[in-house]
Amino acid sequence: MVWRGWVRCPDHQMTPAALPDPEQLALRILRRERAAVARGLNLLDNKLAEARQCSVRLLAALSGEHSLNGGHLIGITGPPGAGKSSLVSAMIREWRRAGRTVGVLAVDPSSRPELGGGALLGDRIRIKNAAHDEGLFIRSLANRNQLGGVATEVWPMSWLMLAAFDIVVVETVGVGQTEIDIAEIGDTVCYVAQPASGDTIQYLKSGIIEIPDIFAVNKSDLGAAAYKTAGEIGRSASRQDRRDDWDYPVCLVSATMNTGITELHGNFDRHRSFLAHAGLLQKLRTRHQSAWVVRVLKEEFGTFGVELIGGYAEIGKRLEAQYGNQFEECERMRQQIISRFKSSD
Amino acid sequence: MDSRQTKRDRPWLMRTYSGHSSARASNALYRTNLAKGQTGLSVAFDLPTQTGYDADNPLARGEVGKVGVPISHIEDMDQLFDQIPLDQMNTAMTINATAPWLLSLYIGLAQRRGIDPGQLSGTTQNDIIKEYLSRGTYIYPPGPSMRLIADTITYTIKHVPKWNPTNICSYHLQEAGATPVQELAYALCAAMAVLDRVQASGEIKTDEFSQVVERISFFVNAGIRFVEECCKLRAFGEMWDELTLGRYRVDDPKLRRFRYGVQVNSLGLTEPQPENNVQRIVLEMLAVVLSKGARARAIQLPAWNEAMGLPRPWDQQWALRMQQVMAFETDLLEYEDILDGSPVIAAKVKQLVEGARKEIANVEAQGGIIAAIESGYVKRELVASHMQRLRAIESGELKIIGVNCFQESAESPLTLGSDGGIMKTDPSAEREQIERLQAHRKNRNDADVQAALQGLSDAAKSGENIMPSSIRCAMAGVSTGEWGDSLRAVFGEFRPPTGIDIAIDNRAVLGKKDEVTELRARVASTGAAVGRPLKLLVGKPGLDGHSNGAEQVAVKARDVGFEVVYDGIRLTPQEIAQAAEEEGVHMVGLSILSGSHMELVTSVLEELRARDLATVPVIAGGIIPQEDAKKLAAQGVSAVYTPKDFNLNTIMADMVDVIREANGLARLGPLP
Repeated sequence: MVWRGWVRCPDHQMTPAALPDPEQLALRILRRERAAVARGLNLLDNKLAEARQCSVRLLAALSGEHSLNGGHLIGITGPPGAGKSSLVSAMIREWRRAGRTVGVLAVDPSSRPELGGGALLGDRIRIKNAAHDEGLFIRSLANRNQLGGVATEVWPMSWLMLAAFDIVVVETVGVGQTEIDIAEIGDTVCYVAQPASGDTIQYLKSGIIEIPDIFAVNKSDLGAAAYKTAGEIGRSASRQDRRDDWDYPVCLVSATMNTGITELHGNFDRHRSFLAHAGLLQKLRTRHQSAWVVRVLKEEFGTFGVELIGGYAEIGKRLEAQYGNQFEECERMRQQIISRFKSSD
Repeated sequence: MDSRQTKRDRPWLMRTYSGHSSARASNALYRTNLAKGQTGLSVAFDLPTQTGYDADNPLARGEVGKVGVPISHIEDMDQLFDQIPLDQMNTAMTINATAPWLLSLYIGLAQRRGIDPGQLSGTTQNDIIKEYLSRGTYIYPPGPSMRLIADTITYTIKHVPKWNPTNICSYHLQEAGATPVQELAYALCAAMAVLDRVQASGEIKTDEFSQVVERISFFVNAGIRFVEECCKLRAFGEMWDELTLGRYRVDDPKLRRFRYGVQVNSLGLTEPQPENNVQRIVLEMLAVVLSKGARARAIQLPAWNEAMGLPRPWDQQWALRMQQVMAFETDLLEYEDILDGSPVIAAKVKQLVEGARKEIANVEAQGGIIAAIESGYVKRELVASHMQRLRAIESGELKIIGVNCFQESAESPLTLGSDGGIMKTDPSAEREQIERLQAHRKNRNDADVQAALQGLSDAAKSGENIMPSSIRCAMAGVSTGEWGDSLRAVFGEFRPPTGIDIAIDNRAVLGKKDEVTELRARVASTGAAVGRPLKLLVGKPGLDGHSNGAEQVAVKARDVGFEVVYDGIRLTPQEIAQAAEEEGVHMVGLSILSGSHMELVTSVLEELRARDLATVPVIAGGIIPQEDAKKLAAQGVSAVYTPKDFNLNTIMADMVDVIREANGLARLGPLP
């Protein structure tokens, strides 16, 4: 998965899956054309060198005022069996009813590389409400065994989807580390808990509870158990030093009975306007973008490679200067590292 | 001493599962079959009728009159039973989610002909549990579906006492891969769920409950391992006796008898050397007639050519003659139970009973069969069992003559005819049914229809028994789709877990390490060459719910390294194309067993082209005659797989090559 030289996208069609013109494609995505969104996501997933070059140009063309201030990027996580997909489905039904378009990135685990690395992506069937809905777009992704449970591709794909949908949902299975990853993607992170489950207790103990902005206790139709879990979370949710003045609400919802969804949405909207008014939204997205760049560089070149261009502090400084669109800067740093690697031969 | 009985036993009811094209064509077939000595009817309905859609619904496209007869309203029912006296006929209807509706049409027709419903005898299959697990013609969620079953039971006990309102099916569990122990366990759990639901309804007085128990009958499968199958049926008898006495306090042993009908195994019928299916079917029948104490009440046999396509009347006649030879020529019916007292049989029965008890306890501990279905547990177990069976066939451990051994064969004269040895359905059937339905809608009294539908909807909401209002709907001329939609509006729709989220079985993988390792390398290197891991969409278009094949392909593809999107059954071509677009897949695999492959595959290809996805290769699998496979290839389908392609590794290697070709890469050829 090495990104090679900074070359132009090939003009002629090599194969049936020839690469698109990235700037044209960006325009179509901004016009919210579904086929363009699909094509763009395929491109961002493509590891061939020439596709990488196109990807960088596509992301740059999609970056701008909207990508820092528009839309709402929501991360949903929680233990297996908590009913995340059903809840996402119920949430989508409400958003669609209100006329808002929704893009979903549903992340499922891959099998281990020595077992072939394949994946069963079964979320569509659980998320979809209507047979046909032009305002909903679901892309399933395998995590491809990347540390942290969320594939590196998720961030650029979210960036693309923000350009085309009012709301973008990233759904992941929570297995400890995932929550940390999702916190570096979502504007708002929602943890879905299921009543009376050991997972939730573990979660409360682990300290990861400091990450979500909103808690949804699903299956509230179970009654007492749900209230008890909500109470436990409410007492444990850490309040110190994270986003000041945010109250970390705990919502009781039932995906199957379709209750509590409106309140949950109210909290999502409230959190988004809280971020916007406090001037945090742009900062958050920029920070997430930087975190992704660091992750990409570290994954590809390791700490040694990062040191070749002055270490994390230097990278941070360079990214700070590129407020809003760091994809091109990332590519420049890659090239620098590669050329230093080569010259040190 | 002569050990023969003084009187020969009466033979079982002999049926042939049939119905196609239209009510008129099916009626003609029924009357011919009865004239040939068939003693009961077994109605096959088409998929729109089974899933509560009218013939002109977009989802019904290509499915009308394919796997059975379309029944859209009472006039169709009338035509289906033209010149057949309802009060003298024993009619089995393979109908489930819409069972209350088809029974209402039957009762409504009887009333119109001046026949007392108390005279009607027959069976509605009416078992939703195996629909969620295997057959796939469910509509509503488990709660309302179980209520509909309970409603038909309590209604028929009071008003149609000779009717078997439900036929608990273990048949389809075996088709989905169940072992004998699983078949026993899950079928008995399903029966308990139904009886518990009826008991909880409070509609039946305690002292009348044993009548309900007595009306519960079963529909069982019999596979080729006929000694074990025979023991399975003896085990069923023992366990049912014990269960009805212990759990439901039925004192009269006669009311505790395990009554069952049979269709023998279709899973084991082969497309190569199809004539061998005849001896398979006869041996399988032996399992359910051999032991007098565990003998079937009704038998229907598949035709020898079922793995190739739809059987013709002559094929069905052959199947009926097999039963007649067994019943009338052999001396089987002259003896008491010939297996009683055999220690070998007794030990095998004991082993099955013990295994089933353990699994029943396991399901009960999870909160019963419904909870175990909702959690995906039962389906996962079945998918895993089925996968083991397929692996055993691949490895040659399980021998199937003509398939994985003794493949050499002289050309069969049976398949040489111009029809290729199968039935051709009438392509105009769908159009004619739609015209008939639309004319019917114009001729009926709209006010009556609206009032009847309102009554139905009210009953659905209030919890009142659904049958009286459904019979009023039948008499008013309501259509199958209107009945189905009214209840959809109240109950909602349901999709059960697909069961494919099972872990990779390392032991089995190790057994075939060479091929699987090679496949994984091919999938990975092809993914690297096209820029991202290979992604496959497995789709089941149309109304056919037989998802076992699609599930096995999905699981196998995952095991060799594909990223697999599987959305379950009953999708429109438009939904499949949309999923292909949104998911950015490298290939679309379609599975169709209902015979509507020409219409559905063509529609999917059109929808893909409309989305600029013409370069995404499409493959198809199912019961697809060779002639149709050629036509599909001409339309742009890259590969067609039929039951003769039993080796999943070979299919996977071919799929990788299809993707390679579509992306300008050289084929890698067959596995070494």
